[in-house]
Amino acid sequence: MTAVLEKLTLYWAYPFVRYALIVGVLIALCSSLLGVTLVLKRFSFIGDGLSHVAFGAMAIAAVLQITNEMPLVMVITIISAVLLLRTGQDTKIKGDAAIAMISVGALAIGYLLMNIFSTSSNLSGDVCSTLFGSTSILTLSPVEVWLCVGMSVLVVAVFILFYNKIFAVTFDENFARATGTKAGLYNLLIAIVVAVIIVLAMNLVGSLLISALVIFPALSAMRMFKSFRSVTICAAALSVFCALIGILVSILAGTPVGSTIVAAQIIAFGLSWLAGAVIGGVRK
Amino acid sequence: MAQLTCQNLCVGYDGKSVLQDLNFEVFAGDYLYIVGENGSGKSTLMKTILGLQPPISGRILTGDGLRKNEIGYLPQQTVVQKDFPASVREIVLSGCQGRCGSRSFYNKEEKQLAEAAMDKMQITQLAKRCYRELSGGQQQRVLLARALCATQKMLLLDEPVSGLDPKVTAELYALIEKLNREDGITVIMISHDMAAAVKFASHILHIGDTVFFGTKAAYLQSPQGRLFAAEKGGEDQ
Repeated sequence: MTAVLEKLTLYWAYPFVRYALIVGVLIALCSSLLGVTLVLKRFSFIGDGLSHVAFGAMAIAAVLQITNEMPLVMVITIISAVLLLRTGQDTKIKGDAAIAMISVGALAIGYLLMNIFSTSSNLSGDVCSTLFGSTSILTLSPVEVWLCVGMSVLVVAVFILFYNKIFAVTFDENFARATGTKAGLYNLLIAIVVAVIIVLAMNLVGSLLISALVIFPALSAMRMFKSFRSVTICAAALSVFCALIGILVSILAGTPVGSTIVAAQIIAFGLSWLAGAVIGGVRK
Repeated sequence: MAQLTCQNLCVGYDGKSVLQDLNFEVFAGDYLYIVGENGSGKSTLMKTILGLQPPISGRILTGDGLRKNEIGYLPQQTVVQKDFPASVREIVLSGCQGRCGSRSFYNKEEKQLAEAAMDKMQITQLAKRCYRELSGGQQQRVLLARALCATQKMLLLDEPVSGLDPKVTAELYALIEKLNREDGITVIMISHDMAAAVKFASHILHIGDTVFFGTKAAYLQSPQGRLFAAEKGGEDQ
């Protein structure tokens, strides 16, 4: 135990470890907030779909040799998010099919572009790190950390300010619209926030594992709690906790950051499921 | 002046009309039943009245102090709601959302309104319970309380008793009738339940191959109404 502590204190001295922890915790917090809404709206896979779009956008940026790819990726992802959440209402292609189409399509196009135009010598390595999360969380610059802090504050602020409206629109969109809530506007807002979160989170866990950050905390919390507010708070807390544990373990054991965090989430889900069953049993 | 007037209304989806040339008026305190076969366009008509979809042609006018977004709505349950983690209080309070406009949080007045609505629906003791654990009848009361937060004037109910057992159905009907009688809330109800329609309605709108609109007494004398009465007579034997 003391050895572990010593090792941690040693690592703590390095700024990159502190940066990774700050960014990891913030991203985990943001992604869990909208998770409850997305799971309930049957959009669990939107994280997956959008992150593949972001992957495709990154490939385009790489081909065009744009050094600062963030704005382009952000814009393309936001547009896709808006389109995807719009199809959720009443259109010919249903939500899940639309997500699957865009997701697989963007992934294929992205890989194709990278393959044809790539200048890098280690193509499969590049692709792998975009899909499963790169080590870039350990090589963050202070500017990137501040950008992430700013975005996270924005996301949390938007979520708190619009919490009641998000609830109303998620629970019963028709009722909300009939009684004068601008449901379309709030759906748009949800889409934009989701896109921002996903672009941010890609650095951390990569595009294949992003759905885990979005849905696991929400599902775990829904096992144990009964009200929307307590589920949201619990999801946020669980997500932050798992991210912390995941990052620390990955630093100590040298495992990949993204997959370690997701593994922590899976264990947390199992425990929540048990806890939920026990609580339910006691009540009966 | 009527609270709700439909003039030459034609409703439907994607430019295809389901119902043509509807003309009817609803006055304050009326209890209107909209009856008809499955697929006759009852729900489409309701969505059009609520402004969820545009009419194909014709007009829907509101008057007598009723604003378009002051119509309370009791929808059919959606799949999403079946496993939604929310407490009863949270759901009832969300009925006040329309009043908030761009304000982020509910004020004291709105919270009191929600408490009063729960009290009226006799679900105050359930306030902290989880919605998905309630029985069907209790869930309908919660949604009714939410609708009361959105309106004091007009309620639209979409088959509120489907899937409820006879006892709970009777209780729910009694509650709705009380809202209509004592609080003067106009009720528009979509239903299959012809027996209840004849019992509670002040007016009936029958849609299908032929359309009838008028008071209950007139309905029972009409061809559609007599057809129903004959069927009912057949059941009694």
